[in-house]
Amino acid sequence: MSVTKPLPHDAAPLHVSGAARYVDDIPTPKGSLHLAFGLSPIAKGTITAMDLSAVKAAEGVVMVMTAEDLPFTNDVSPSIHDEPLLSDGTVRYIGQPVFLVVATSHLAARKAARLGKIDYAEETPILTVEEALAADSRFEDGPRIYAKGDADAAISASTHVIEGTFEIGGQEHFYLEGQAALAVPNEGGDMLVHSSTQHPTEIQHKVADALGVPMHAVRVETRRMGGGFGGKESQGNALAVSCAIAARATGKACKMRYDRDDDMIITGKRHAFRISYRAGFDEHGHVQGVSFLHYAICGWAQDLSLPVADRAMLHSDNAYLLPSARIESHRLKTNTQSATAYRGFGGPQGMVGIERVMDHAAFELGMDPVELRQRNYYEPARAVADIAATTNPLGHPGPHEDLTSRGAVEMGSAPVRPVPEGGNSTPYGMEVSDFELHGMTSALLASSDYAARKTTIAQWNAQNSVIKKGIAFSPVKFGISFTLTHLNQAGALVHVYQDGSVHLNHGGTEMGQGLFQKVAQVAAARFGIPLEMVKITATDTAKVPNTSATAASSGSDLNGMAVKAACDTIRDRMADYLAERHQADPSSVRFTDGHVEVGGERYSFAEAAALAYQGRVSLSATGFYKTPGIEWDRIKGHGRPFFYFAYGASVTEVAVDTLTGENRILRTDILHDAGASLNPALDIGQIEGGYVQGAGWLTTEELIWDDKGNLRTHAPSTYKIPACSDRPDVFNVALWDAENREDTIYRSKAVGEPPFMLGISAWLALSNAVAACGTRYPALDAPATAEHVWHGVQRVRGDT
Amino acid sequence: MNITFLLNGETVELADVDPTATLLDWLREDRGLTGTKEGCNEGDCGACTIMVTDEDGAKALNSCILFLPQLHGKAVRTVEGASSPNGETHPVQQAMIDLHGSQCGFCTPGFVMSMVAGHTTGATDHDTQLAGNLCRCTGYAPIIRAAQAVEDQPVPVWVKDKPVALPSSSPMLPMSSDDLAKVYADHPNATLVAGATDVGLWVTKQLRDLDPVIFLNGCDDLKDITVTDNEIRFGAMVDMNQMGEALADLHPSYAEMIRRYASVQVRHAATVGGNIANGSPIGDNPPALIALKATLHLRKGDARRSIPLESFFIDYGKQDRATGEFVEAVSFPRQADRLKCYKLSKRFDQDISAVCGCFNISVADGVVAEARIAFGGMAGVPKRAANVEAALLGNPWSHETIQPAKLAFADDFAPMTDMRASARYRLETAKALLERYFLEDQGEATNVLEVSA
Repeated sequence: MSVTKPLPHDAAPLHVSGAARYVDDIPTPKGSLHLAFGLSPIAKGTITAMDLSAVKAAEGVVMVMTAEDLPFTNDVSPSIHDEPLLSDGTVRYIGQPVFLVVATSHLAARKAARLGKIDYAEETPILTVEEALAADSRFEDGPRIYAKGDADAAISASTHVIEGTFEIGGQEHFYLEGQAALAVPNEGGDMLVHSSTQHPTEIQHKVADALGVPMHAVRVETRRMGGGFGGKESQGNALAVSCAIAARATGKACKMRYDRDDDMIITGKRHAFRISYRAGFDEHGHVQGVSFLHYAICGWAQDLSLPVADRAMLHSDNAYLLPSARIESHRLKTNTQSATAYRGFGGPQGMVGIERVMDHAAFELGMDPVELRQRNYYEPARAVADIAATTNPLGHPGPHEDLTSRGAVEMGSAPVRPVPEGGNSTPYGMEVSDFELHGMTSALLASSDYAARKTTIAQWNAQNSVIKKGIAFSPVKFGISFTLTHLNQAGALVHVYQDGSVHLNHGGTEMGQGLFQKVAQVAAARFGIPLEMVKITATDTAKVPNTSATAASSGSDLNGMAVKAACDTIRDRMADYLAERHQADPSSVRFTDGHVEVGGERYSFAEAAALAYQGRVSLSATGFYKTPGIEWDRIKGHGRPFFYFAYGASVTEVAVDTLTGENRILRTDILHDAGASLNPALDIGQIEGGYVQGAGWLTTEELIWDDKGNLRTHAPSTYKIPACSDRPDVFNVALWDAENREDTIYRSKAVGEPPFMLGISAWLALSNAVAACGTRYPALDAPATAEHVWHGVQRVRGDT
Repeated sequence: MNITFLLNGETVELADVDPTATLLDWLREDRGLTGTKEGCNEGDCGACTIMVTDEDGAKALNSCILFLPQLHGKAVRTVEGASSPNGETHPVQQAMIDLHGSQCGFCTPGFVMSMVAGHTTGATDHDTQLAGNLCRCTGYAPIIRAAQAVEDQPVPVWVKDKPVALPSSSPMLPMSSDDLAKVYADHPNATLVAGATDVGLWVTKQLRDLDPVIFLNGCDDLKDITVTDNEIRFGAMVDMNQMGEALADLHPSYAEMIRRYASVQVRHAATVGGNIANGSPIGDNPPALIALKATLHLRKGDARRSIPLESFFIDYGKQDRATGEFVEAVSFPRQADRLKCYKLSKRFDQDISAVCGCFNISVADGVVAEARIAFGGMAGVPKRAANVEAALLGNPWSHETIQPAKLAFADDFAPMTDMRASARYRLETAKALLERYFLEDQGEATNVLEVSA
């Protein structure tokens, strides 16, 4: 069977030969035009005068547009319509698009975009947590609070109380392919848009609104992205809409791609957080209660910040059964890029919060940090929880709501199943019924030789004054499902041709994760045919409508199931027909090894398809899937937002130069739960890559804004993602061999985001190494750059 | 300017090329070869990597900051030419497929070409060879597995390019330093392009129109490395990889610093002369050269002069270089190796230094006999730590001498805070690096890169 095989990425031969086509590689019609934005150089203010004559006069410029020139809506927001495509007269961050240049070449557009003469009445920007709080500058009317029990009382009654505040930096996606879109005007005002997007339906919707046409007049196609990581869930809207508007105005194909610096200056990033914590433990290291205060820096527009900040709250327990907990989350509005989705979607920030608590507690109690963690784990998995699937009557949305966005407002209120307090439940009342980490932790501690290495490291540290080593373990429990419940649906369209070849489309997008290959493996398995007979073509809103973003790690779970449903529909039709021909029971028809067996006859799949065609059997079907059993009230903070949890565990060893703070990862061991893996090679790729990206977030990747709100790290020369030698010297990655306890596609588990958080162990290992320099708790901020680590060394020595 | 070069084995002749048109734009927009990608347009991500073969052999270069005239008489191979004309894959390509070296695939053509170049030259230090290629998906592990898997496989014949050196096609492409001296005298306001790793960004990022431009890549006599009993001399057009190789045995710490200086691709383009002449306060080469007591050799027309390198750097953005004068060479005396070069940056590889400290301290009979200490990143120019040197000189080489000497850094430097580091970190780590030098001299483990699990 094609599932479970470690097959290479389906496009690998195209990747290595340069033949894989990205948006900027698509041949364009003669006379195609190129776009660039003129950007705001100030962080907050209003435009008092705009002179674009030099822009218009520049070589190659065909047209210059401002907000007044937009034919319909001026809105590229994925949520509450607070993000104009072009400035409406106010500017809210440095890099905000103010005007749009349409020119005969990319370079001409870029050059002209710098020639605008714009006067601003500047206002003082809000850039920091303190400034935002002082101005009460926030999204939503006040903080969200999720609570379980009386955490404050439990903490106060504890024998050991720890508290602290620390900063978690944001993160630039640094997808290697920058944002790009190409719009080709079709007959009758229709528009074809090629977009490097994780969310073609949202692009379709925003373009339709901007052109004043129904969604059926816009077709969006996405073959692949050169990386997404969440950065192409909503951030491609501006380019696609610009191209469509310019194409409508000029009648020419229009293309826009951001230069790397522009990309980093214009687009949103991972949310930076400040987290304060207070936690109570007993003398055995059992947590009694935890209280978190989250300050999420959301930037100038709401975008997806609410569900991001929610997910941070939902991961503030990580793997630990908290008897009582209180999480208070403030979503601060600042004059910086609008922070957006990024792999983990707030989960990593929330998880870093509780892992910091566990690290700090182990330090205070003098306990082994792994043992302390294990003592606080959720109870091991029992039988699969008996949770009935309930449907969510949504009612009828208004015409302009972007319902397929994670930023959409919840429509109607779903009945929430009462969940018993206490038990093995999260702070948001969800019973944890699939907890795998007890066994995984034991296995990883053994395979990584944790105990012996801990001793060896202690010996090294006793003998070396300059280079200190550290080791740390961290677990991951990550909730799988969109927390906006209605997004947990997917569609597929499958055709079987008369030669037995299969063509299919689904709503997911390919950004490197290997989704197409996994889904093709599912289709091949359903029909019992070789993978070569299955082709998946570009994601296309005309093939599968109303898709959710390929996000929340949901791609293969949702689309795999939808494709399975479509394949099974066709298979059942073929079986019915062939069974009738052979006077056999349809359930006895077997699809295997490229053949169909029926009533003692064995047809090749191609023969069977041809027979079915001649028998006038429809060989095309749609498939649909919706995740069962989930229900969630984000205001109350209660329900079952997740279908299941994916688990992982890692041990990282680091070395720190205490003179300079320079540091590196020496060894990493990972055990990760991908359920019954659909493709172990692709899953291990996600895990290795996710770990390195997560470790980069917490170590070298530092975003710095100056006091005017200028992003000073807007190119790879100043913003440092991990390079080749930054991966661990020794890097052991294994899959936990267990099926998903929930009925997912072939009992696999989602693997896109969870491994990212394995990188937390690198940050904790640095803390462990720094702790070896003195007597105080290192209290590292993130990212722990060499400089921050150096500060930590001074701190533990009492030299601050 | 008319130029001729080989592209994937076929001769390309271009007439009247825009001197600052980049190879990347030409490949993608004019030639329709879209396999080569633009990731950053500044030479920092490697997605645009191609292989160039010239008289020195095959090398990986970033095509985004490579101007077309720099290719005259050379051979270019892009990812489309990694496979044979008959479609046979290069071993590197097959290994990348089989070992899962690509995910989103956008960085992949650049990786493939860096790996093809490394494979062609027999390099096996893969982390160094690939330091200039960023991948956001894989975490690099499968890519390195692929590189290792093909180490012993033969180099396919089709990537063995044989370029023919060509005579100059333009006065602006001089073929000797004498010709350069003449044309620069005629156009003293011209922009000199050596490797274009800095000037390239003036074009791709600052969007400047440069005119006129003189290309130095034909000046073979500026590419000499001369080692005598008394002196080592590097011509201005020696590239940084060549410099690193030449120093590997003589001053290994300097060579190791050069290994971390930008990336293989950038070092193949970047030149000794360019890195000095651009006057950057954060260039890594000048502090090391100053610590070695280097002399800078300048030429204007037929007039030559030689000055101590440190005196070339007058102030931020201001150098002791007359209009029409160019760097011809830099030299320093042969000496026992006491040089240590310490580069502090957020990332080890391919990062610009926050602080680059170069220490050259000689000890005789337990006493500091000579001390030359120079830093980058601590002032508006590469600068000596004269007060620290004075505090060491003549004193016992001991912990007791080091401690007060460290304090003198505050008299030498008042560093700034920027996105790379704070002023405090810069000043305090400058002190720490003196301590590192001392401890390393005492045999203590101080190099985090040399520690393993």
